[in-house]
Amino acid sequence: MSIGKPLPHDSAPLHVTGQARYLDDIPLPAGVLHLAFGLSTITCGEITAMDLSAVRSAPGVVAVITAEDLEREFHGIPDCSPSLGDEPLLTSKQIEFHSRPIFIVVAESHLAARKAARRAKIEYREAPALLTPEEALAANSRFEDGPSVWTMGDAAAAIAAAPHVIEGELEVGGQEHFYLEGQIAAAVPGDDGGVHVYSSTQHPTEVQHKVAHALHLPMSAVRVETRRMGGGFGGKEAQGNWLAISCALAARMTGRACKMRYDRDDDMVVTGKRHDIKVRYKVGHDDEGRVLGIEYVHLIRCGWSQDLSLAVADRAMLHAENCYWMPNIRIESHRLKTNTASGTAYRGFGGPQGIIGAERVMDHIAFALKKDPVEVRRVNYYREMGDVKTGPGTGKRYAGAHSPKAAEPEVQTTPYRMPVEDFIGRAMMDELLASCDYWGRKAEIAEWNAGSPVLKRGIAFTPVKFGISFTLTWLNQAGALVHVYQDGSVHLNHGGTEMGQGLNQKVAQVVAHVFGLDAEKVRITPTDTGKVPNTSATAASSGSDLNGMASKQAAEAIRDRMAAFLAEKHQVTADKVRFEDGMVRVEGAEYPFEQVAAWAYQARVSLSSTGYYATPKITWDRVKGQGRPFFYFAYGVAVSEVVIDTLTGENRILRADILHDTGSSLNPALDIGQVEGAYVQGAGWLTTEELVWDGKGRLATHAPSTYKIPACSDRPRVFNVKLWERPNPEDSVGKSKAVGEPPFNLGISAFLALSHAVEACGDGSVYPDLRAPATAEAVLAAVDRVRAGHDFSAKNRGNADA
Amino acid sequence: MTGPADGPESGIAFLLNGAPVRVTGESPTRTLLDWLRETRGLCGTKEGCNEGDCGACTVMVTDQDGSKALNACILFLPQLQGKAVRTVEGIAGPQGQAHPVQSAMVAHHGSQCGFCTPGFVVSMAVAHANGDRAHDDVLAGNLCRCTGYAPIIRAAEAAVEAPVPEWMTADRAGLAQLAATEVPGAFRPTTSEELAEWYLANPDAVLVAGATDVGLWVTKQLRDLTPVAFLNGIADLRRIERQGDTLRIGAGVTITDLRAAVQDLHPSFAEMLRRYASTQVRNAATIGGNIANGSPIGDGPPALIALDATLHLRRGNDRREMPLEQFFIEYRKQNRLPGEFVEAVSIPVTAPALRCYKLSKRFDQDISAVCGCFNVTIADGRVTDARIAFGGMAGIPKRASHAEAALQGHEWTEATITRAMQAMAQDFAPLTDMRASSAYRMKTAQNMMRRYFHDLAGVPVSVLEVEA
Repeated sequence: MSIGKPLPHDSAPLHVTGQARYLDDIPLPAGVLHLAFGLSTITCGEITAMDLSAVRSAPGVVAVITAEDLEREFHGIPDCSPSLGDEPLLTSKQIEFHSRPIFIVVAESHLAARKAARRAKIEYREAPALLTPEEALAANSRFEDGPSVWTMGDAAAAIAAAPHVIEGELEVGGQEHFYLEGQIAAAVPGDDGGVHVYSSTQHPTEVQHKVAHALHLPMSAVRVETRRMGGGFGGKEAQGNWLAISCALAARMTGRACKMRYDRDDDMVVTGKRHDIKVRYKVGHDDEGRVLGIEYVHLIRCGWSQDLSLAVADRAMLHAENCYWMPNIRIESHRLKTNTASGTAYRGFGGPQGIIGAERVMDHIAFALKKDPVEVRRVNYYREMGDVKTGPGTGKRYAGAHSPKAAEPEVQTTPYRMPVEDFIGRAMMDELLASCDYWGRKAEIAEWNAGSPVLKRGIAFTPVKFGISFTLTWLNQAGALVHVYQDGSVHLNHGGTEMGQGLNQKVAQVVAHVFGLDAEKVRITPTDTGKVPNTSATAASSGSDLNGMASKQAAEAIRDRMAAFLAEKHQVTADKVRFEDGMVRVEGAEYPFEQVAAWAYQARVSLSSTGYYATPKITWDRVKGQGRPFFYFAYGVAVSEVVIDTLTGENRILRADILHDTGSSLNPALDIGQVEGAYVQGAGWLTTEELVWDGKGRLATHAPSTYKIPACSDRPRVFNVKLWERPNPEDSVGKSKAVGEPPFNLGISAFLALSHAVEACGDGSVYPDLRAPATAEAVLAAVDRVRAGHDFSAKNRGNADA
Repeated sequence: MTGPADGPESGIAFLLNGAPVRVTGESPTRTLLDWLRETRGLCGTKEGCNEGDCGACTVMVTDQDGSKALNACILFLPQLQGKAVRTVEGIAGPQGQAHPVQSAMVAHHGSQCGFCTPGFVVSMAVAHANGDRAHDDVLAGNLCRCTGYAPIIRAAEAAVEAPVPEWMTADRAGLAQLAATEVPGAFRPTTSEELAEWYLANPDAVLVAGATDVGLWVTKQLRDLTPVAFLNGIADLRRIERQGDTLRIGAGVTITDLRAAVQDLHPSFAEMLRRYASTQVRNAATIGGNIANGSPIGDGPPALIALDATLHLRRGNDRREMPLEQFFIEYRKQNRLPGEFVEAVSIPVTAPALRCYKLSKRFDQDISAVCGCFNVTIADGRVTDARIAFGGMAGIPKRASHAEAALQGHEWTEATITRAMQAMAQDFAPLTDMRASSAYRMKTAQNMMRRYFHDLAGVPVSVLEVEA
């Protein structure tokens, strides 16, 4: 059995010794040239004059490429966009955001290119920039003609009829990916006009497509290879196009291999980030906290280009209800175009922005009713799997006047009409609350807070339900290529990319399992568009689901041929042949796998196969916002405990307890690693990671000196992570579930725990209204808010008494 | 860079993974990182940020004082003269034997994307060799975006009991073979006498001590530094001497060594220094550099001013001294003559009421938004002396003189504290930047006064000391 083993990452021995090769470590042909962009120094406006003579004459410069050069040499400026075609590589005129690439320096060294790029003399005519979502909304600057609106039931009527109504707005900042390996690409020109591109990308096929388009080549003339990335997190789904296209163009123009990597500061100012969002909510609820009607408005700042923003904003809407049944709902989503860095894919892809809105609503209702937020969540949960009848024959239940009252409750649907048949949030919640002693600790914290004038602790629970599948339905496909050589060794290639998540190891375990081999017998090879074509991005947490299935099919095809061959030799049917423990067993005989491979080769049996998989069951109409966009949901629950300093707002996470649903895990060690890392990254998003743009649209936080991702000591000191290992009810690979993104959302529990700690500073009359990221400054502002409310109401009471 | 022609006695001599090398023909501001990757093809050491903030380029550097972790991205080749460098490639044994931290990192799933991993492994291996088990402090300067750190700490804990491999301690014996050489294009004195003479003749030179700030002039601002002097070979500037009731700290003392020196004398200062940047930066940065660079947000000066430190300056053979606070005139302008350099700083050995508060967006490896240092003497319930100094509140490290005056002579009560907090509003007009708003800076500076009051009374005031 290879599936389910907690094997280390396949590259771990290479990582720890420094032998693992990243793109910048790959030896390239002699004479390789290095590229750097010259960047705009204004945010919005036009170039009026450009003098690049000092750039051209700088030491080590071989060429300077401008928009005019591209017009002349390539009859147009190549586009870098993954969607709309609105990201021209270079510009001779329009500046849409600060640090926009204008020209390319090609030089003998990376340092020479960087130095030369700064010598440009460019004059501009500045125009007023749209920076904030409010400014964009007022100017009607947006993607698509108007907001997307999805509804179910009648939210306005339900709110009007509700006994209680709350309203609020939650501001949630964006996030820089901060993959440790910055963006990088290289291109080696071929002898036939083609090009071999190395790219640190989650989406080699996209890079192939964009490079082919830029060079006016068929895709077959462009080969893109990706061995591993030093982190991706969505930031290398589309943003790598710029560098790969630049390298390919420069390689064509110079005839030499070209490499480009961003310096960290350039990386942070040029590339896209997580979308920030403002979630406005109006909720009608009953005495128990049940949401009767809800209206959301999402203001999503998409930045200067469309990028993947529409799908991101859609996914925020698709997660606006999280784990809660909201039969009367209206979601209005504005995709706002501003003169800031583009919003792009980032782990969760809008989902976290939607989910935090739902979690804020639960917290706010609980505050209004003075109930524990857990109880409010409980009354709003979807019906639990097992409590509902699903499957054929249950869709049209007879519900006449004489039907028994105790009939099986029907399955509830999401606001987008997808039946929620696999909900396990209640069971997971009950188990976690018990195992982490939520109630006991909550009482102890209240007592502790009463005796602590300066420091206050808080605790909060957050569940997550995350939809698994690309919402662009046709992306839900994958290919694989498996070879068995005559010595029995196995070569695996698939369309997914390795960015640290352990995808290759998981897929190797699946393939090894098919052949009854140990995972180490399966050789993992770099992702290569020449081996598996037309791949989807390794994104949407789908890597193992899609590529695992495709690889399984490829391996099974070979195994079936080997089995048929051996069955014939033994005059039995093929189902009598078993592959296990490195042996092939049939009718009392057993042979080493390599022996059977050699025989099959000599018997002229093909030992190579492609595999292909397309996710079943999914249908989606994104304009209407209706259908079944997801194959299944992945679930998780978390409890976080924090402490704040009421004099400075300083805060830290003291403890986190997590129970996360991975189905039958393909590799529990890798899955726990994903959950731990995602939680910390999610908590970072909502605490210390603050993107600050100055009044002129410049990103002020453009390096790790000013943009603070969690450091070692920021992890919860007590950190208990467990997997909820029950098989996926859907037929996924090994009955496992996707794990990349869902646990990111569990960091929301840290944010809500901070809010709870702030509550302890007041008398319950003023909601903390904490903004994200909850920096020390934001926490102190919330503390002062609830204290001012406290003083105010105390004063009012005093006046009333007088 | 021009300089003396490379001769047989020129070049930079050091050990690289146990083998002697002599580097010639390189610019004196070539970083070790670039040289390792581009010239030597040793690509295990990674560039993550090129500014000393992520630790992906961490290497082990050994000299007669021991082994320490440093960031190769802001370490210039001349700084390595006479030392031994061990990169991740040299952390495994000469026959490829895995180091215990390497095995533990694999076994405990401490790597995901693996790009930060070489830096972690080196930091962990150095700490392992030094018996340093404060893992969070050891690794505060190594950023990981994938794992959430938990498995890395599990690996570090799992490796502590393993014996130190012999190759990790072999470098020191080989240092003797590294003869002193001329560094082409740069001045590398070994005594402060030499420095004083040379700097008088070259007052426009850039003096590089730890290069934790100047390094960024090169890697980020892309400046050429000419002329340049590297001070880390000057042994006499690294002395710490007890002189009666004062402690004289040489300008070349690293923050790591300063922290050790004040650990028992001024524990609150030492605790703040624990959070001063990261291990790698503290191992390189010097207190003289921290003062001379005149930054308004350095963490050393507020504490030293609160301690009533005396600054010792030298220009040629002329020496003078002044209260440290008088050195800072205005933003980036110091009371320093051309050719004059910081030789030492002296502090009293006792200040039981000294408390240092560092406020930053992140606890570790972050620049202070506000750094407040309080040193109030109370006798018979009354304030007899008050020294309060802040970083981050003005263009220079500055005393809160109005707040001090509001305390002086008054009863040490909450009412007095409230008046001092109000008075502090006249002391500062802080700016708004990416670290904090002006209003927040002012509010927290005032609140630190209240924190100090609670702190001296024994009320818990630090979130770092709370456990779940």
